[in-house]
Amino acid sequence: MATVDLKLAEWALGEAAKHGATAAEVLCISAESLGAGVRLGEVEKLKHSRERRLGLRVFTGQSSATASTAELERDSLADFIANTVTLARLTSPDPWSGLPDPALHPKSFPELGLVDPEQGMVSADEALTIARTAERAALGRDPRIKNSEGAEFSSGRYQVMFLNSQGFSGEYAGTSFSLVAAPIAQDGDSMQQGFWHTSNRRFSRLEDAESVGKTAADRALRRLGARKIKTRHAPVVFDPDMAAGLIRTIAGAASGPSLYKGASFLINKLGERIASPTVTVIDDALMPGGLGSKPFDGEGLATNSKKLVDGGTLATYLLDCYSARKLKLAPTGNASRGVGEAPSVSTTNLHLEIGKYTPEQIIGSVKEGLYLTEIIGMGVNLVTGDYSRGAGGIWIENGELAYPVQEITIAGNLKEMLQAVEMVGNDLRWRSSTASPTLKISEMTIAGA
Amino acid sequence: MSNELISPDKFFLNRFGMNENSLERILGTALERKADYADLYFEYRSAEGIALEESMVNHTSKSVSHGVGVRVCAQDRTGYAYSDEVTIDRMRLAAEAARAIADQRAAAPGAIQVGGRVASHNLYELETTPLEIPLEDRAKLLAEIDRVARAYDPRVKNVMASIAAERKLVMVVTSEGKIAADIQPLCRLNVSVIADDGKIRQIGSYGGGGRVEYRHFLEEERWKQYALEAARQAITNLDADDAPAGEMIVVLGPGWPGILLHEAIGHGLEGDFNRKGVSAFSNRIGQKVASELCTVIDDGTIKNRRGSLNVDDEGTPTSRTVLIEKGILRGYLQDRMNARLMKMAPTGNGRRESFAHSPMPRMTNTFMLAGESAPEDIIKSVDHGLYAVNFGGGQVDITNGKFVFSASEAYLIEGGRVTRPVKGATLIGNGPDVLTRVTMVGNDLALDAGVGTCGKDGQSVPVGVGLPTIRVDGITVGGTRG
Repeated sequence: MATVDLKLAEWALGEAAKHGATAAEVLCISAESLGAGVRLGEVEKLKHSRERRLGLRVFTGQSSATASTAELERDSLADFIANTVTLARLTSPDPWSGLPDPALHPKSFPELGLVDPEQGMVSADEALTIARTAERAALGRDPRIKNSEGAEFSSGRYQVMFLNSQGFSGEYAGTSFSLVAAPIAQDGDSMQQGFWHTSNRRFSRLEDAESVGKTAADRALRRLGARKIKTRHAPVVFDPDMAAGLIRTIAGAASGPSLYKGASFLINKLGERIASPTVTVIDDALMPGGLGSKPFDGEGLATNSKKLVDGGTLATYLLDCYSARKLKLAPTGNASRGVGEAPSVSTTNLHLEIGKYTPEQIIGSVKEGLYLTEIIGMGVNLVTGDYSRGAGGIWIENGELAYPVQEITIAGNLKEMLQAVEMVGNDLRWRSSTASPTLKISEMTIAGA
Repeated sequence: MSNELISPDKFFLNRFGMNENSLERILGTALERKADYADLYFEYRSAEGIALEESMVNHTSKSVSHGVGVRVCAQDRTGYAYSDEVTIDRMRLAAEAARAIADQRAAAPGAIQVGGRVASHNLYELETTPLEIPLEDRAKLLAEIDRVARAYDPRVKNVMASIAAERKLVMVVTSEGKIAADIQPLCRLNVSVIADDGKIRQIGSYGGGGRVEYRHFLEEERWKQYALEAARQAITNLDADDAPAGEMIVVLGPGWPGILLHEAIGHGLEGDFNRKGVSAFSNRIGQKVASELCTVIDDGTIKNRRGSLNVDDEGTPTSRTVLIEKGILRGYLQDRMNARLMKMAPTGNGRRESFAHSPMPRMTNTFMLAGESAPEDIIKSVDHGLYAVNFGGGQVDITNGKFVFSASEAYLIEGGRVTRPVKGATLIGNGPDVLTRVTMVGNDLALDAGVGTCGKDGQSVPVGVGLPTIRVDGITVGGTRG
């Protein structure tokens, strides 16, 4: 993999100082990936990528600018750095800007198992074989699986190096592997796609290809014959993927930038009950091998594990240094950093703590309601908490999954929805950096015919 | 700078130390196996952003990115490899990686001669790109926007405004030997306003742009309209009641509500989904999919629009494609591969986010032609319904045809009059069916102000939409008041 050497990064910091920067950060990211896809048994695509970028944030006093470039030869980099310092000078001084308190930089980093020790990049041939296995399992599942959007396997590795002018320097590398399958079921006029994926930092811990294909097929098949229902109020059971989306929304509203801009329904709610006591949300950057794990955050602060919501009470906000200063709080190690962007806030491994019910018990508790398996659209207003999304799923009658439904919406307000979380499942599985068990909200508006 | 502007293809050849011969050799490597064609896509993009919040212009950023993508197509297979190191060696490696998609061939391929230029449109030749406007001027404009939005109403508590400007140079070299090169400017100005009356907090957003000069924002005081419009929306929404729930008559206002067409119709007519037979519109050309009041067009050739391009990202000049003509489904949006496999002509809709992506069929500017009704008459005709004038995003499930788009400003229509504002709500419908319910089309076609971005398969591209006022008899509104 093409890497950026430490010497070049250190030289860039020196150049920034030479041009008058009072402080600076350099972030280098290099990445390589190989993906291969099949469709209806035939090779459909191969994609190979390599990228290497350098990001820079410079300060002239309280003014700052960020910049990124792919031109890493020293000559063009020197011009680029000089231009960035000029850009900072043209920016308004901001009393809250600046590097972190140097005392907050960790002296050592935890080992988080981000790299697969056994498997490097997966070759195109092997990737195709895995994708074929998954798709074949999907196509063979049922005669109504008649078409496919294919299956794709990809592997990648990356390296992150971050240093600043007050002596912080750290780097880490990671690997990732993923497999997705998207078969299509058809029965008469009804055509539905199913989708399933697995991803992990370790190749050997991926869900088996055949099972990915079968699950994707089952998810397509169970949508066949979906109908619209009449508008009503009813309980909604979020399946784990849909529940994870809801948890992500809470984190978005608890993020520093949303808060100081006045764009969150969680302003001034720290320490207050924002959800039912069954809701505990954890953000854990230190989970071994976690897809969202990292040894330090986007500003070089130590990462950690913490409860965002503790038994229904909002226990912390998620803050980078800038939003922490604005809100007069301490940074929480949640700074994220795109190569060309100023730090922002992100979660690491975010999840809802498991509850005591099996998914069957949760569904069994509903006389009439929706088992939610799909959401489309972005209809969430974080400022007010108003929530209105396109939905699809399976209608529950007398505690049993009865028939598929579609072309409906679910609506409510997040403030009330979180208080109305009535049951939490015990079925937490990690397939991305946010995860949740099944959860039930006691009532929402479902709009249909 | 000025040389680049005159001849983007020379820019690439000079900058990366290449000539026609080296391009021929790389394409030769790409085509060594049994492939139908191959292309090289070079990109050099400069972008700058400047943003204001809490009355401070405290964020500035710039980026420079470049890279090359090598694509090899054989039947319905695509091999793609890219690198941000643009050297002959890297390109040769990329060509070797990409050609692995194709089978071995017995005979050597014919020689490639690179030279001919693609005749493209000239839709956005700018005297100065917005990147050349001094940053101080852009900062001053943002400060003015902040002042105007705050002055609109004392309940305006925060203003966020930003200007994003970019210039992208692209060059596509195809294995037919053709070179297509283009300079693609793009900029947008966005304003968001937070209003707070002590009890309720609300947000309003507006913006615009396109492949335009910076003075676009100054002409007709567009910047001021954006600021006032964002403030007006935020203040209006403070008084909004809960939105209704259930199926009802919906009147869509002109312009940005055209996102309906983008989600309900446009995606489902992209060639890739139709070749594979996975779209709810598959095999329906010639069938009635809309009321005869509806004619829907995708047009990549409108001057200075955000969704327009002189050539698409595989070197085909863009065009105007009739998707639905008086209710009858007429055409698909095609890139080269899907057009060839479906034995149709490419329509200039092969687009990609950047060199890091392989192209696919995408929309450009998608809109419905004006009808004959006066907008007031359309409102008057409705006894009970929803009038939706501003929207956030939308999404569609191609395969079952269900789509959503989320209103951010809407009102009740009661007894033929627009009455109270209601909160934003998601609207959901069925693509192949929703336009059959269009019973009135206004004479007030408007294109959106130029802020649309479309996502597909992880790739974002700028697009435009447009719509006259229309009446749809029956679409499900996802409010809370059931």
